[in-house]
Amino acid sequence: MICDSKTDAIRARQSAVRVDLRAVCASSLECAPHPSAPFVNVNCPAVLRLDTTLPAEGEPLSWFGTLGIRSFCGRQREEKDVIPGAFTYHRPSSVAEAVAILVSHGDEARPLSGGHSLIPMMKLRMAAPEHLVDLGGIADLKGITDDGSTITIRAMTTQHELIASDLLAQKLPIIRETALLIADPQIRYVGTLGGNVANGDPGNDMPALMQCLDAAYVLTGPDGERDVPARDFYEAAYFTALAPEEILTAVKIPVPPAGHGYAYEKLKRKVGDYATAAAAVVLTLDGGTVTFCSIALTNVSDTPLYAKEAGEILTGSTLDTATVARAVAAAEAITEPASDGRGPAEYRTKMAGVMLQKALSRAATRAAS
Amino acid sequence: MNDMTPTREQREAALEGMGCKRKRVEDIRFTQGKGQYVDDLKLPGMVFGDFVRSSHAHAKITKIDASEALKLPGVIAVLTAEDLKGVNLAWMPTLAGDVQMVLADGKVLYQNQEVAFVVAENRYIADDAIQLVEVEYEELPVLTDPFKSMDPDAPVLRPDLDGKTEGAHGPRKHHNHIFTWEVGDREETDKAFEEADVTIKELISYHRTHPSPLETCQCVASMDKIKGELTVWGTFQAPHVIRTVASLLSTIPEQKIHVIAPDIGGGFGNKVGAYPGYICAIVASIVTGVPVKWVEDRMENLSTTSFARDYHMTAEIAAKNDGTVTGLKVHVLADHGGFDACADPSKWPAGFFNIVTGSYDFPAAHLEVDGVYTNKAPGGVAYRCSFRVTEAAYCIERAMDILAQKLDMDPADLRMKNFVKSEQFPYHSALGWEYDSGDYHTAMRKAMDTIGYRELRAEQKAKQEAFKRGETREIMGIGVSFFTEIVGAGPSKNCDILGVAMFDSAEIRVHPTGSVISRMGTKSQGQGHETTWAQIIATEIGIPAADIMVEEGNTDTAPYGLGTYGSRSTPVAGAAIALASRKIRNKAQMIAAHMLEVSEYDLEWDVDGFQVKGNPQARKSMKEIAWAAYHAPPPGMEPGLEAVSYYDPPNMTYPFGAYLCVMDIDVDTGVAKTRRFYALDDCGTRINPMIIEGQVHGGLTEAFAIAMGQEIRYDEMGNVLGASFMDFFLPTAVETPHWETDFTVTPSPHHPIGAKGVGESPNVGGVPAFSNAVNDAFKFLGSTHIQMPHDAWRIWQAAKDLGAHG
Ligand SMILES: Cc1cc2nc3c(=O)[nH]c(=O)nc-3n(C[C@H](O)[C@H](O)[C@H](O)COP(=O)(O)OP(=O)(O)OC[C@H]3O[C@@H](n4cnc5c(N)ncnc54)[C@H](O)[C@@H]3O)c2cc1C
Repeated sequence: MICDSKTDAIRARQSAVRVDLRAVCASSLECAPHPSAPFVNVNCPAVLRLDTTLPAEGEPLSWFGTLGIRSFCGRQREEKDVIPGAFTYHRPSSVAEAVAILVSHGDEARPLSGGHSLIPMMKLRMAAPEHLVDLGGIADLKGITDDGSTITIRAMTTQHELIASDLLAQKLPIIRETALLIADPQIRYVGTLGGNVANGDPGNDMPALMQCLDAAYVLTGPDGERDVPARDFYEAAYFTALAPEEILTAVKIPVPPAGHGYAYEKLKRKVGDYATAAAAVVLTLDGGTVTFCSIALTNVSDTPLYAKEAGEILTGSTLDTATVARAVAAAEAITEPASDGRGPAEYRTKMAGVMLQKALSRAATRAAS
Repeated sequence: MNDMTPTREQREAALEGMGCKRKRVEDIRFTQGKGQYVDDLKLPGMVFGDFVRSSHAHAKITKIDASEALKLPGVIAVLTAEDLKGVNLAWMPTLAGDVQMVLADGKVLYQNQEVAFVVAENRYIADDAIQLVEVEYEELPVLTDPFKSMDPDAPVLRPDLDGKTEGAHGPRKHHNHIFTWEVGDREETDKAFEEADVTIKELISYHRTHPSPLETCQCVASMDKIKGELTVWGTFQAPHVIRTVASLLSTIPEQKIHVIAPDIGGGFGNKVGAYPGYICAIVASIVTGVPVKWVEDRMENLSTTSFARDYHMTAEIAAKNDGTVTGLKVHVLADHGGFDACADPSKWPAGFFNIVTGSYDFPAAHLEVDGVYTNKAPGGVAYRCSFRVTEAAYCIERAMDILAQKLDMDPADLRMKNFVKSEQFPYHSALGWEYDSGDYHTAMRKAMDTIGYRELRAEQKAKQEAFKRGETREIMGIGVSFFTEIVGAGPSKNCDILGVAMFDSAEIRVHPTGSVISRMGTKSQGQGHETTWAQIIATEIGIPAADIMVEEGNTDTAPYGLGTYGSRSTPVAGAAIALASRKIRNKAQMIAAHMLEVSEYDLEWDVDGFQVKGNPQARKSMKEIAWAAYHAPPPGMEPGLEAVSYYDPPNMTYPFGAYLCVMDIDVDTGVAKTRRFYALDDCGTRINPMIIEGQVHGGLTEAFAIAMGQEIRYDEMGNVLGASFMDFFLPTAVETPHWETDFTVTPSPHHPIGAKGVGESPNVGGVPAFSNAVNDAFKFLGSTHIQMPHDAWRIWQAAKDLGAHG
């Protein structure tokens, strides 16, 4: 047992926890590895001092922070690393083959997509999988399709491809808006949607957006496929509903009504930074009255946050100042951000509110009334 | 003359000499990724060294067990302090007169301190082995707050200094005290304060940051045991000093040590000092007999080798009601970390901080600096500034703004009122410097007129009213900064490093065909010496810059020099280059006289050769003269055409500038947007205006970073926070403001070509401009001083504390 966990669900899966814990520093890297030279030095995010007191049961894992993670649950860490440990590289050509490799190696294996969260982690030896299962050779995992009511984005679709897709630009423009705020173009050419949502880092932008859009993740394992709603997927930082032998193969998104208003507002310190706080909003208006409103927040807790109550408060309103203030307060109330280089918790909570307000007003101006 | 004869202007242009916007010749390789850096070096049999580092900020080491690591195939050695003691290298002297552990000797004093050095066949194995070295620590109380360093019950950080009441710079008052440095007249200053109409007092902190060059510190050491010769390739801003230090420490004779600094990817002060990595690589190569490479990673660079600043400055100004300043008092608490490893000239424990009177005519001033130990990394280097000059400039520029606020005067007007006047130069400051030249009023007026200063103030006033009426959530700040630097260390009468006077040198050889090889004791890390040095020579001896090769960094071939930092290259080596060139021109004149069969006094210099006075058709070009120097020199004259000059400057140089920053701040997010940034620099004679502009852009970008968020932070346990580029703010082109640059020219009267140095001015002047802009924005809400760095959350916090969030 190396760490207390937040929920019973997590405790029930101790072995998975052990693997995930090695990865707490997931996105804490400072620069992206060049895809063609994956093992150049990536420099460590912060000095890791690992003798931090473990959180008591039920206490939030807020010290995980995100990206600014400086504490590491477990034994004291005396070394610093920028070079990965040894591993075996697999490149299956089908999902079934990939799943079989995961099944045979259990915790020791990890899927590899764009590698822009995983490889930096490995360089820091925050993750030390003995088997890397590269999903890049699986043709089935590419592509975006539309069946009229649902858009399905296959897991290996890159963030750049999300930006370039005409279909998404037309029917789900908020995806493009959000993807443009991820990291920088080099990272987006390689980083995938599947990796971004499967990673479990509350700093990733896509998870909250997927919650806002009420997307479902398709998880494929040895027993076949199951759909898990994005709103139920995230348990704690780096703890998700994904089992170690499962692969996230696709994301299914219900198409919002034509004429919906949308906005993703992200406050960050600089290009390539994760959010200090960010808010995703999708709403519809009818004669100035909100008929539907969905809100989610990024990086202000150890998971993305679906702000259900805030959305409900606004539904039926005319987005008048008093109601917006109530909704913002409701959204702020569910945040539990870490204090880190982006600012103290209080600031980040307030910024979630400010981002929400900005997103609401921009979404409203975009919505057909 | 026929049409084919080039005109004088054409001949001048062909030289690409001083004043020409010559493109940087080094960029041909840099922009193609063809630079040759230390880490590009691959020698046969080369192995790698890497450090086991301390996770604790303060702890005793009770055990180091490397047996498991040594069992790993490919591991060659694991060095500890015990091993280094055998060669008397467990500790090394610092430039500041202290001693520093090379590898932890019984205890650690800061997180990430070097504990053991693992040598292995490759980097992967070295990293695997690091995790197998078992170190046992016994934690000690951690001291991170310099204000608590001298508490009676503060933990003893340096038992090795037990009972030492005398330090390198005088008496020590406490076990964690390093030095007190006092300058100026205390009594006179006290008197000024007693008689003052108005006084201000403020604690102005300049936080800890880091030079963070993109290339980290690194070296390859190769000991040839047969010849007894050691070669070290390294990222050295001062290769000759490194060789001298290596010789003194290792007892290998200096001529048998070859120090080579290849291309360097930025230094900014980070690469002046000597680090444990260099010593360990050298020892490891001596032990193993094969070349050993050591390359720092980013985290190691940011958290161990050379922080900058960490000065806590209490400034007081005495003034009359009309704004005339009458006295300045500054006390500095200097946080030096676990060892005093500041890279200052030996006799200057706080560098040239006594430039803190700035551009103003203070009749009386007093300065006292206390250096203390804390459980933080050592360093205290001059991050793109002359020694502690940027701290001083920040201190006085903030303090002048605070005084203006108290007097209800415009900060620009207050400065104008107190500037040293142009007729006062050479000006003797109350803290002991002789400013060489300046015309501050002209520069300030030009800056204010160009940016439309009065109009901006009117706009600001209107915005403040609108804010109070609740019509906007944005406030506006105008940052004024007028800095005077002191660079070009320096005159042997006050500057040395470990006893070596801070001269610099140039050696120039003209070949028979009229091309030139020249070598200097400096070392470019991005400053463009290969371009500008050739321009000085071109103008001085009339040979096109394109035909002049500049080489630096190899101690076997270059003349001895003290290196490149503190904006000293142009003031010192630049002068040596001009003087060596003039020796060549003098000899060329004698040769030309012989060739033209006239007296040398009948000749005059004309762009690229000598001509007979009154008969310009009778002329010899430098090319012809060079040939003659080797082919048929005048009887009795030594053949050849070369010269060496070692230049000991008579004084420092004092570049100055007026910077103005216009900023808009969203009080609800704390996000600050720089609307305009205008930088007027006066660096004396301008050698290459394009390089100056590039240097100013780079330095302003660093100033922007430092003022707006770049910081090395520690928590109470001594954990260093944010030692990665995710948290350590390095702006990209997206965040960086647009820079408007301008200039005036006030040559240095004592420098052979009148040049003063410019590389660091923008960092020195930029930080106060940004910080004053933020502070200026909040003044109308009742704020006096907001500490740096001004990242969004801190600005938001300031706004909140001032009640701006309603
Ligand atoms: C400098 C930098 C800045 C960044 N900034 C941002 C930002 O602002 N916002 C943002 O959202 N992201 C940011 N990222 C992260 C980036 O978007 C990553 O690409 C993304 O988080 C992971 O996607 P990937 O394809 O690279 O996944 P990988 O790194 O390959 O994998 C990430 C994790 O998910 C698992 N995984 C991957 N694919 C699957 C799958 N199909 N099924 C199951 N498990 C899987 C892996 O095993 C691993 O644990 C940044 C990255 C860098 C390097």
